[in-house]
Amino acid sequence: MIIGLDVGGTHTDVVLLNDKGFLKKVKVLTDPSDLFTTVLTGITELLEGIDPEKIKKIILSTTLTTNAIVQKNVNQVGIIVSSGPGINPELFKTDEHYYLVKGAIDHRGRETEKINKEEIEGIAEKLKKDGIKYVAVVGKFSVRNPSHEILIKRLLNKHFEKIFLGHNVSGNLNFPRRISTTHLNASVYSMHKDFFQAVKESLDKKGICAPIQVLKADGGTMSLDASIDFPAQTVLSGPAASVVGSIPHAESNQDTLVLDIGGTTTDITILVDKVPILEPVGIRRGIYKSLIRSLKTYSEGIGGDSFVQVQEGELVIGPERKGPAMAFGGSDPTPTDAIVFLGIMEEGDTELAEQGIKKIADQLDISTEETAKLILKTTCEMIVDHSKAMVERINQKPVYTVHEFMEGYKIKPTRILLLGGPAKYFAQHIEEISGIKTRAVPLSSVANAIGAALARTTCEVSLIADTEQGVATVHEEDYAEPIANSFGKDDAMEIAYTILKEKALAVGASEEELEEIEVIEFQKFNIVRNFSPKGKIFRMKIQIKPGLVKGYENMKLETMEQD
Amino acid sequence: MLKAKNKTGLVFFPAFDWAIDPIHPEREERLLYTQDQVAEEGIFDIEGILEFKPDIVKTDDIRRAHFCVPDEKTITTESHLISAGGAIAIAKAVMEKKIDTGFALVRPPGHHSFRVTHGGRGFCHINMEAIMVEYLRSKHRIKKVAIIDTDCHHGDGTNNIYWHDPNVLFISMHQDGRTMYPGSGFPNELGGPNAIGTNLNIPLPPGTSTEGYLYIMENTVMPAIEAFKPDIVVNSAGQDNHYTDPLTNMNFSAQGYADLTTMLKPDIAVLEGGYSIEGALPYVNLGIILAMAGLDYSGVIEPDFNPERLKQSQAITNNIKSVSEEINHSFQNREQLREKAGQHGEVQQKVREIFYDTDNLFEKQIERIRVCKYCGGTLEIDSNATPGQHILGIHIPNQACRECIDSGYELFDKADTNKYDNVFLQDRPKDIYKIKEK
Repeated sequence: MIIGLDVGGTHTDVVLLNDKGFLKKVKVLTDPSDLFTTVLTGITELLEGIDPEKIKKIILSTTLTTNAIVQKNVNQVGIIVSSGPGINPELFKTDEHYYLVKGAIDHRGRETEKINKEEIEGIAEKLKKDGIKYVAVVGKFSVRNPSHEILIKRLLNKHFEKIFLGHNVSGNLNFPRRISTTHLNASVYSMHKDFFQAVKESLDKKGICAPIQVLKADGGTMSLDASIDFPAQTVLSGPAASVVGSIPHAESNQDTLVLDIGGTTTDITILVDKVPILEPVGIRRGIYKSLIRSLKTYSEGIGGDSFVQVQEGELVIGPERKGPAMAFGGSDPTPTDAIVFLGIMEEGDTELAEQGIKKIADQLDISTEETAKLILKTTCEMIVDHSKAMVERINQKPVYTVHEFMEGYKIKPTRILLLGGPAKYFAQHIEEISGIKTRAVPLSSVANAIGAALARTTCEVSLIADTEQGVATVHEEDYAEPIANSFGKDDAMEIAYTILKEKALAVGASEEELEEIEVIEFQKFNIVRNFSPKGKIFRMKIQIKPGLVKGYENMKLETMEQD
Repeated sequence: MLKAKNKTGLVFFPAFDWAIDPIHPEREERLLYTQDQVAEEGIFDIEGILEFKPDIVKTDDIRRAHFCVPDEKTITTESHLISAGGAIAIAKAVMEKKIDTGFALVRPPGHHSFRVTHGGRGFCHINMEAIMVEYLRSKHRIKKVAIIDTDCHHGDGTNNIYWHDPNVLFISMHQDGRTMYPGSGFPNELGGPNAIGTNLNIPLPPGTSTEGYLYIMENTVMPAIEAFKPDIVVNSAGQDNHYTDPLTNMNFSAQGYADLTTMLKPDIAVLEGGYSIEGALPYVNLGIILAMAGLDYSGVIEPDFNPERLKQSQAITNNIKSVSEEINHSFQNREQLREKAGQHGEVQQKVREIFYDTDNLFEKQIERIRVCKYCGGTLEIDSNATPGQHILGIHIPNQACRECIDSGYELFDKADTNKYDNVFLQDRPKDIYKIKEK
């Protein structure tokens, strides 16, 4: 049996599953000031009457990191940045403990300026004086050559508790994001570590010794130990959990739109053959941009509690949320009031809902019933329009080869899956408007916890091999080995597979999950100088893609239907 | 949070799977390090910098700018069509006001392609800027265009296409043709009889540094643009003036390119040549992008940049001043020069020979232009390539007068199809292209 737990803003959902299907669920209130108690209460309640020894693993998706960032309840971090030519690195300043130092690496990983040891030691003294225990070190192009970061770490090691290096975060290029992501890892490190160690100890005491895994923003898991060094990856795992929870209901070889309709927003994600699409560089939310692997999700300001008003004779819905629906004690009309009034939804106070709808009806000068229908239809139309726009944006994504331009994959959704509170009330309308077969995911209210429970362990590595320089590297894993001139695609594949497998097993994957490896990117370039070939460059990215854990992908939907 | 002052669009099409041949400088790897630099700087995370997917041009788009021999399909690859489509994608976004300015980082280049094109010349098969400009003139009613070619080689193809067009100001600044391919582009090359002074060719001596480039910009290029008052400014942004370029002998720098871009303020820039793919392109392209976006580029300095070593001699400075004065004089007197160039209605003939270094073929052209005081004049080109075809192309220019339109159709009707493999008519005012059947 597997436990999946997802901490939400108001509720924490916990589910128990086995390979046949869904067994049990528990909902407890989330106490944002004491997530530890929330998590333990959830698990304890779930396991009432169940033998803890039967639990094979526990997957936790928490808002711990997200909350810590929002509440600024994080470590003070010193950050040392070396940049070389380019955009002024002062613009990426995180806080007052941000130091720019000498040293530069170019795009091909060659040192163009040395670092200055005295300068680093001087900064170390200042940071120590300021009581800093955690330091992030980030260099431009450190994913092409991490030697400066490593050297700086050696100089700092004895002075600080833990040092985080930019090149370990991700193999992707993006210096400003490398700075913010490394800084984030260092900021939430001790809090994340203390929290999960406390959870583990408490569960051990209760006789629950199953391994604990932590959910990441890409909808995959990692072991508790692996999460300690990269806590930033757990940020915003909640929305990813729900998407993974919808995968059992998607169909193979089809493109599926997953719409998570909440109170304020609708989150739109796409599954291609049951695999969610990922952000190419990393998660972005508003102005915050990172190198954290994550699902590609668009959040649009339309949901069940969107504020409904009339402007210049036109119905306007969202993007603002003023509060709950009037049917549930709010003060302004919402789409939820429309479905309560129309009798589609049984809960809620119909009279209060009618009052809200009437306000709008009077301004539009049509009947209350027509108004409610119009609000419902418009809401669904907006959701469908946003979804189509997202598909269009993804299909318009720039490509860099003639082959991809001519043959590139185009997304054509043929299924829509709905998640979230109002989902089942909107399904029929969304199907009619979009012309795409639509259904609400069964057990939608705990799809997040089910998703956490079923998520596979994921990871990614980036290999660069350069026969002119005679080296193959996977810098984020601190791998660098000499190669011969005759190095070819098969050699690149072999190294990348080997390192990915090692990494996957180290972060908690099972042997079976290694079957889900796929090549995301492969490029080969001839290095030509003065009309003669000087060598070859190979670039390769491979991953274990997000999806369902082995043995659970064919869980019976019937058992999952017992809501 | 970094925010662009000017909303800037980029099309990035490095054609990572296309090369002229495996060891040619115009190769897969060419924009690889530029892409790395742009990605590492996080350019696409800057608010107000948008990336667009290139379009792909169709036969009709190419036919506005070229007579392709034997036809469009034979002399182009998909990469050429996407490269031109990249320029058009930027142009559209500017016209639709999605962006204030935009840069198409595309390959292969195109500025050595003439109106008649039998294949590859100077790594170019079709002219990206001309296809884009003609698209804008047909679809967006753009009338007056300035094209500033800052590639180190004379933009002889673009120069040829706009040679007779008084509504396009074409300025090329390049390394002196006596020392550099294609060997043309001297100050006395000012345009055909109907367009004298709207073609300016500025040869710069080998060893010209940033100082010299910015002098010419300030004293010749910018005043000419101001006087011409174009609807849009296009930059053929070649990057081979850089001091590390393996094919040229100049001393320009990334800072210089960024300053030039700040001065020129192009609406649309299109990448041309530039083959110092590690030492120059990553920094030059970054500098140009930041300059277009109105962002600080003072930190974009090549690791081996040494201004002392790149300084130009006094002799170079003097040479550039005198070239600048000579060209300014011609430009200021363009009306008088045009009056002296020929009688209205008269037809002037010119014979020339063109070598296609990339595809190794030889073309003989007889060009006849109708002198016209009202428009660019009907143009007739008899072109015979070895190996290749013998064709006749008749071009009726944008904003053509009635007489020139009629004379164009007359020439087309009476053309003897037995004499030629193909007879083409390019009617720009009606945006029609005709091929006469045998």
